[in-house]
Amino acid sequence: MIEVRNLTKSYGSKKAVNNISFTAEDGQVLGFLGPNGAGKSTTMNILTGYISSTEGQAFINGVDILEDPIKAKSFIGYLPEQPPLYYDMTVDEYLDFVYSLKKCRMPKKSHLNEICEIVKLGDVRKRLIKNLSKGYKQRVGFAQALVGNPKVLILDEPTVGLDPKQIIEIRTLIKRLGKNHTVILSSHILPEIQAVCDRIVVINKGRIVANDNADTLARNLSADHKLVLHIEGSSEEIKKLLSSVTDVERVFVGRQVDERVWEYHVEAKEGADVRRDLFRKLAARNYPILMMRSNELSLEEVFLKLTTGDEYGGAEKLESQYDMLEKGGDNQ
Amino acid sequence: MIAIMKRELSAYFKSPIGYVFIAVTFLFSGFFFWFFTLSVGNTDVTYVFLGMFYVYMIFVPVLTMRLMADENKQRTDQLLLTAPVGLMRLVTGKFLSAYIVFMLGDVVMLTYGIVLSFCAEVNWAVIFGNFVALALIGAVFVSAGLFVSSLTESQMVAAVGSIALNVALALINVIASVIPVKFISDVISSISIFDRYHGFTTGIFSISSIVFFISVTVVFLFITVRILERRRWA
Repeated sequence: MIEVRNLTKSYGSKKAVNNISFTAEDGQVLGFLGPNGAGKSTTMNILTGYISSTEGQAFINGVDILEDPIKAKSFIGYLPEQPPLYYDMTVDEYLDFVYSLKKCRMPKKSHLNEICEIVKLGDVRKRLIKNLSKGYKQRVGFAQALVGNPKVLILDEPTVGLDPKQIIEIRTLIKRLGKNHTVILSSHILPEIQAVCDRIVVINKGRIVANDNADTLARNLSADHKLVLHIEGSSEEIKKLLSSVTDVERVFVGRQVDERVWEYHVEAKEGADVRRDLFRKLAARNYPILMMRSNELSLEEVFLKLTTGDEYGGAEKLESQYDMLEKGGDNQ
Repeated sequence: MIAIMKRELSAYFKSPIGYVFIAVTFLFSGFFFWFFTLSVGNTDVTYVFLGMFYVYMIFVPVLTMRLMADENKQRTDQLLLTAPVGLMRLVTGKFLSAYIVFMLGDVVMLTYGIVLSFCAEVNWAVIFGNFVALALIGAVFVSAGLFVSSLTESQMVAAVGSIALNVALALINVIASVIPVKFISDVISSISIFDRYHGFTTGIFSISSIVFFISVTVVFLFITVRILERRRWA
């Protein structure tokens, strides 16, 4: 179990983490969601005792990390953003070293074999870490965190830089481990957090903007009633037509996709499904729908929604969202 | 502590650094041995050891530059500092590994005494005095190097910085000799490692000097711990 109370970390006048509190129960996977620079890594570094907090307390299994760091640290397996690997060692030598560093008291050989089995390191154990691919290095880092079977796992962006197959493997692994460990993992990818976590803490600019069960948060953030369409035809007329559909509240014309094709953002009443009506109306007037999808929120939109409670405040905001979306698209 | 020491030792001998350091030690001490004793038919080994004092001043930093700087750079310090290990143990483990490599090179000096004993009567008190003095000086240089290494991410900066620190430690008595105020110059010369080193070379084992060298070593290790600790609070 991890309990964080009013944690603050200041660097000069800048507060990297500002008065955050949350709790992760045993057997829970807690997702730490936020853009780069939000304070995720700082919080994790405080939890693991790598840096200290300016104010507030962090308890690992009831032990204050500042009061009794050695005991608190013995509960934790930590995978930092950049796996802490010694490139001049082989995987086996490295895990051996971590094993004795953590002063483990279980049968070494079978324990390390088991870990290598879990993270699928079997065929590279005799190789120098230096020569491993990024994905394997990440797995060695993961294995290192698992040595000693710690009750609490803290994983800082564990899937960054992995290929899609490895990402799925790591997610499955985290889910499995979450059953009998307390896991905190950070990410700036919303679907990843949604896929793995029981509880989500959203952090932005050092502050918690949401802290809820994954399901509740997902429902609040879901955007089924918001649609994005590409329709061929005169934008003025189509906009009027779309607005006339029952339950549609707002319509925005977005960028021009092609000659005579515009993008439209349609916002219906919460819970209403207007897709069939839209189809019929447009088909009746012979405006072909080239694409229709529900508008999944990007992380930027999630933050806008959580911080302002409003997504489509007006045309200007939409404009700026396009910029953000395009930037966000590049990032991911 | 043992785990860290073992890892560092194996790192020394996986890279060329360990071998190079020992080779350099053998080379220089062998040369001094030949130059100051064999070639001139002298049994006084003091100058052989004194030569090594200066060699170590420059070369021990090569041994220690990596110790913390590389951890800082590769971010492996995150592993060490989040492991359930006390900082003093961590630092002591690092110190011991470098000191063992140092002693592997240093121990060869005793064989010169054995070689000499075949040719002539030797004063073993002087040889042992020199040997112990050099071993203690080595501990000071290694701990000073470890301290400087913990301040930076760059091995080059660590090496140059610790050479400068070692030179300053060795030359403190020069400063003392130019200060006109007797009280201050007395204080400074009493912390001069060179003066104390010199006492050993005449074959006199002074307890106060032994305690002095060990204390300086411990102080450097202690400051290193504080540096690691301070980084947490920064």
